[in-house]
Amino acid sequence: MTERLFEGADWDFHTLQRITDACEVVATKDLGLDVYPNQIEVITAEQMLDAYSSVGMPLFYKHWSFGKQFAFHEASYRKGLMGLAYEIVINSSPCISYLMEENTATMQTLVIAHAAFGHNHFFKNNYLFKQWTDADGILDYLDFAKTYVMQCEERYGRVEVERTLDAAHALMSHGIDRYPGKKKLDLRAEEKRAGRRRQHEEEVFNDLWRTVPKGAAKSRSALSIERRRKLLGLPQENLLYFLEKSAPRLAPWQRELLRIVRHIAQYFYPQSQTKVMNEGTATYVHYRIMTKLHEQGRITDGNFLEFLGSHTNVVFQPEFDDPRFSGFNPYALGFAVMQDIERIVTKPEDEDREWFPDIAGKGDVMGVLRDVWANYRDESFIAQFLSPKLMRHFRMFHLHDDPEERAGIRVDAIHDERGFRRVRRELARQHDVGFIDANIEVVDVDLSGDRRLILHHHVIKGSQLNETDAKRVLQHLADLWTYDVALIEVDANDKVMREYVVSPRPIPAAVA
Amino acid sequence: MPIHIIDRRLNPGGKSLENRQRFLRRAKSLVQGAVKKTSQERDIKDVLEGGEVTIPLDGMHEPRFRREGGTRDMVLPGNKKFIEGDYLQRSGQGSAKNSGPGEGDSEDAFRFVLSRDEFVDLFLDDLELPDLAKRKIAQTESEGIQRAGYTTSGSPANISVSRTVKLALARRIALKRPRREEIEELEAAIAACTDEDEREVLLAQLEKLKAKSKRIPFIDPLDIRYRRFETVPKPVAQAVMFCLMDVSGSMSEHMKDLAKRFYMLLYVFLKRRYKHVEIVFIRHTDRAEEVDEQTFFYGPASGGTLVSSALQAMHEIVRERFNPSDWNIYAAQASDGDNSYSDGELTGLLLTDKILPVCQFFAYLEVGESGGSAFDLSDSSLWTLYDRLRNGGAPLSMRKVSERSEIFPVFHDLFQRRENAQEKAAP
Repeated sequence: MTERLFEGADWDFHTLQRITDACEVVATKDLGLDVYPNQIEVITAEQMLDAYSSVGMPLFYKHWSFGKQFAFHEASYRKGLMGLAYEIVINSSPCISYLMEENTATMQTLVIAHAAFGHNHFFKNNYLFKQWTDADGILDYLDFAKTYVMQCEERYGRVEVERTLDAAHALMSHGIDRYPGKKKLDLRAEEKRAGRRRQHEEEVFNDLWRTVPKGAAKSRSALSIERRRKLLGLPQENLLYFLEKSAPRLAPWQRELLRIVRHIAQYFYPQSQTKVMNEGTATYVHYRIMTKLHEQGRITDGNFLEFLGSHTNVVFQPEFDDPRFSGFNPYALGFAVMQDIERIVTKPEDEDREWFPDIAGKGDVMGVLRDVWANYRDESFIAQFLSPKLMRHFRMFHLHDDPEERAGIRVDAIHDERGFRRVRRELARQHDVGFIDANIEVVDVDLSGDRRLILHHHVIKGSQLNETDAKRVLQHLADLWTYDVALIEVDANDKVMREYVVSPRPIPAAVA
Repeated sequence: MPIHIIDRRLNPGGKSLENRQRFLRRAKSLVQGAVKKTSQERDIKDVLEGGEVTIPLDGMHEPRFRREGGTRDMVLPGNKKFIEGDYLQRSGQGSAKNSGPGEGDSEDAFRFVLSRDEFVDLFLDDLELPDLAKRKIAQTESEGIQRAGYTTSGSPANISVSRTVKLALARRIALKRPRREEIEELEAAIAACTDEDEREVLLAQLEKLKAKSKRIPFIDPLDIRYRRFETVPKPVAQAVMFCLMDVSGSMSEHMKDLAKRFYMLLYVFLKRRYKHVEIVFIRHTDRAEEVDEQTFFYGPASGGTLVSSALQAMHEIVRERFNPSDWNIYAAQASDGDNSYSDGELTGLLLTDKILPVCQFFAYLEVGESGGSAFDLSDSSLWTLYDRLRNGGAPLSMRKVSERSEIFPVFHDLFQRRENAQEKAAP
């Protein structure tokens, strides 16, 4: 009989090493995963809370809002309202997984299989992560960001830096490029670039230039609207990018801060688009690895039952009328679809052959799954692979809630022959960030007049912005722009639904 | 593939402390308000305990563009009886609402836990001790160590290697210990030597050198030096707090409770400022005695009321145990205001001549029954007396209290940081 990895619940660092080695064999040999080198770190509950409050990253710049997060998490943790995650995994190379010290040996195995191999493979291979994140550079970049923010605080004062960061944070969800640009993000070069720029400024600084009389301003030929918009790169939906490049009165360090916040938002962008897939992959991988280890006799029956207990909790999907219901559980949905793909590939039924001619009965489960993991995001994944069988299993139905409709909320489609495609399309749409985030873009700047910045919010299905929040965010935006900002909400027919105009607050002290 | 397993648990904690401080600084006024509110509801005993406070989230809100309203589509699991085209009643369908994509708007208050220190800091933040002039180095504490040269004895952990080697080198040179090269040279000479006699001589020489180098050790216990540390006496300001209370029959439990709360606050406050705070409890009826805390608050006593007896007792204790040049003396007197009429003169005399000159601060707290309207009617005999003294320029602080919730404001009022020293016009 093969040697057991551990007995009972206790573990030490040798156990962790053995577990990781055993998992790695299964992951690479049986599942054919391709992962970044692993780094496993054991942390305490307090450190886990620390990580929570800095969006899971091991280091981050200082800001009061993280302190608020920490206080909030700590309070709910202490009261027992919230359990802490078993692990946190960071999309970096080496891939860092944090394990809680309280986990039992079984849980550590589960977590290592889940994070260090499941998530890790997904990070390394999914096209979104490849396109948008730079796993090699992220930790260095965060270190640079932290130092840079600190230096700014020393040079320009904490209050000023905080004001800029507050504003940048408010716009963070609109500081993302949604379409791939010309070149891949290289965070290491970012850091060097910032340093070089600063150095250059210091080298060429010469106070005499200030005294040189300026010639008469060039008479500006009236730019055509088209030309002007082109020069400013409009329309632009990445508000932070636009401000960084075009805000007239920002200091260079403020632009750099916007850039940092923008880069970090961009780094997390793929994660928000792949929750179901990411968790589904990790859950599927840990399930396969744990089952394999048990088959090999390296985990006792007792420990395996313990694992099944936690696994079942993780993939539990309450029904809509359950008080515990809060939307689809990404673990449950992702895992179910992955398992379903496995079934379709190995034991397809007639229905599956009809719905999934490409993969039904193909036989190579891991090949198909690896391809899925590499080339889809939540929206396309669901639109493509949610099978009628699963819709029946979850008993899915589609509700259409039109406030105008007096009769109530209409059941638009259910899990029957007529409804499968509609239910699937709607569920896919629910996981499409393009539909979730408000679609706001800069459309014009009144250059000849009062430099007013004009934004449009394209209202989808009558869902407008929350007024208080919108005003506050616009206030931040106006403070950065330093002139008036107008936001116009227009519906699909270009009908104006609401208009906001916000003026910047006076700057307390002039900052050079 | 190499796998790194790292134990981070030993890393220093408090990584997010800085962020927390920023947060508290930003929310300071909100938190401070919350702290005061919380402390009013609490037992004084627990005032120090820190704990949970709630602040309105509004002030700390982080806005985002959020969408709301409009027509909504959602896919839900767990259909049991619906078929396409059914209508669900809106009001009853809480479940459908739950699934909405909106963020939790319900959280309009933000709860979090303050540590004990943070709590007390915020609690006492804008308070200041009156007249901190008298600080005295006394009651030295063995705090803070500093290097103080070298010593010949000590713990192995404190061996100063560089000093030891230096001394050993000096000793070896002084005693002419043969160096290793010398011996090696000689050995080489012997090996190269062909003449028997000369070889004999050289061998004898080598023998001698070797014996000598054995006699004179490389490092002798004599050479060993240890780093010496000295504890430095640290100046400590110390304070004594006198609690004077009338325990005659006219003092109800409620009044004693008020007094106790005031004393506790004063204690907490002094404790923040001084390393040593001693408390002396003096209770009095028509005679005064020094008692322990338990007796002070809960021991039964009966008799008339002579305030001067307490002041006399305090004066004696100060004379015996607390030299005014070594101690910061604080006194707080609580009473319902009754005093025997004939005692007024003596009380006033004691206070102005003996007590006030040595005191940093003397507070008089007149406690009343809950409801407190009696105060409006007429001033008590003690109040009248103290009021007269104060108007005569004596540095007295006095307040009236009848409700628990008033204690803190009164305390706050008495110790408020003040630029304009009207209240406490120096005599």
